[in-house]
Amino acid sequence: MLSIDRIAVDYDGVPALHDITVRVPEGAIVAVVGSNGSGKSTMLKTAAGLLHPSRGTITFEGADISRTPAHEIPKMGIALVPEGRKLFGKMSVRRNLDMGAYTRTSRAEIERNLERVFRFFPRLSERLSQQAGTLSGGEMQMLAIGRAMMSNPRLLMLDEPSLGIAPNLVDRIFEVIADLNAKENLTILLVEQNVSEALSLAHFGYVIQTGRTVLSDTGKALLDSPMVRKAFLGM
Amino acid sequence: MASGVAAGSGFLYARNGALLAAALAYPFLFRQSFPQDLAIKIFLFGGLASAWNVLGGFAGQVSLGNAIFFGVGAYAAAVVQTQWGWTPWAGMLLGMAASAGIGALIGYPCFRLKGHYFAMATLAIGEVISTLFMNWQWVGGAVGVYIPLRDDTWKYFQFGTTKLPYYYVMLAFLVSALLLSAALLRSRMGYYFRAIREDQDAARSLGVPARRYKLAAMGISAALTSAGGSLYAQYVLFIDPHSVFPMMLSIQVVLIAILGGVGTLWGPVVGAMVLIPLSEFTRIYIGGTGSGLDLIAYGLLIIVISVIQPRGVLGFFRKAGAA
Repeated sequence: MLSIDRIAVDYDGVPALHDITVRVPEGAIVAVVGSNGSGKSTMLKTAAGLLHPSRGTITFEGADISRTPAHEIPKMGIALVPEGRKLFGKMSVRRNLDMGAYTRTSRAEIERNLERVFRFFPRLSERLSQQAGTLSGGEMQMLAIGRAMMSNPRLLMLDEPSLGIAPNLVDRIFEVIADLNAKENLTILLVEQNVSEALSLAHFGYVIQTGRTVLSDTGKALLDSPMVRKAFLGM
Repeated sequence: MASGVAAGSGFLYARNGALLAAALAYPFLFRQSFPQDLAIKIFLFGGLASAWNVLGGFAGQVSLGNAIFFGVGAYAAAVVQTQWGWTPWAGMLLGMAASAGIGALIGYPCFRLKGHYFAMATLAIGEVISTLFMNWQWVGGAVGVYIPLRDDTWKYFQFGTTKLPYYYVMLAFLVSALLLSAALLRSRMGYYFRAIREDQDAARSLGVPARRYKLAAMGISAALTSAGGSLYAQYVLFIDPHSVFPMMLSIQVVLIAILGGVGTLWGPVVGAMVLIPLSEFTRIYIGGTGSGLDLIAYGLLIIVISVIQPRGVLGFFRKAGAA
């Protein structure tokens, strides 16, 4: 579905990614893991069109999106849940969800998507008029995922969804991600520092180090690989 | 606004009606020239600050170059009279269109920059345009433009014997700016502006074409500022690059909006009601000695207000989080 093919990315001449390859088959959960500064977020931002690769290509359902501007990406069926959530803190929960529906024009469809978000996150429906900036960390993450779901995407990309969330809520967030995949048939690309949770959830995994894809396999196989166990799990 | 509910909106209508009635009656209570002139300046600067607020407050793009549009509006009103014998009203419309166009031309490259860099770019362009007008002989160069004097007339919007027409037209300017801002705050576009202000990348990732909306905010802000410039030219009847393109003007509208309450509907008005009298009175009582003491006092008071209430004067009237 999404294919990131040997891309290199730099920030105003400073290289951030050297050679990244990640393939996301339709219907799968794919996790990209790596330590701080390895380039995971940069890769996701590039897939979302916020950055553009200097080499290599990104294709989505056969179309080259390497140079597609960020605001055109959601129309194609890709939604990003950005790192740190990036909610509109001074707007209400409801307005944040409305913003997520920017690309949707049909009232009925927006209502349907809204109901679906409430089905997954009932708590959001209780806090519709609350300012997003006053939610707890876990609720914010739910809202960020809900906001992304409002565009009715086929591919959901999540940047560190477990960051800054109470441990018991982390499990809940990962459960929801698995549910979205299983019940809503959403394809998921997940970037995580929480290596063990991410890989046990994912069908396929990629390990990134200093801007390069160094390892790829099924999630289970990676969890068992000596390199991952040593580098990330401290075993 | 959202917390106003049903009873609140009745109150808002009553309050706004009372404010408008007071503004309409004011010149009959204060018949001297000075208080009327003071009110005219408050309306003008309240409107200019509201115009700035659309771009700087709602959309979060801090422009330090709004004097460009003020000057273009002033020149448009004046030059169509001296060169073609048109009425300044036609010049005002022309100026608004030209300013929106210039705003888009400036915005197109400059919106690639964010934060301080955008502000610095607009500041620099403001100085460039001022210099261009200084050397453009067709519009009077450094000498400026004397608008040909006439008897009192609406057609050429000139009144030598009374300030009332200026008063009411400036009031109408401010009210239009406020109505436009209020409409924007409730519209979809207003939400997109605020989404861009809060997090541009997040807004873009949701499909909001950020640059297009920033250009729209720039165009609205520029056209409104330009209209204020045209009215000002008719009020003073003489303009030159120093009086209508000063960097100080760009900075003053920002100060007014920020001091009043940036991104709010009434902030720019409250800011103008505080800052304009402050600047006039410090000038009257301690200015004129050439010492610049009035500006020192003015600056000091601005610092005091911003230290006490960083959220702007409106912050005194609101509980935290209600903005």
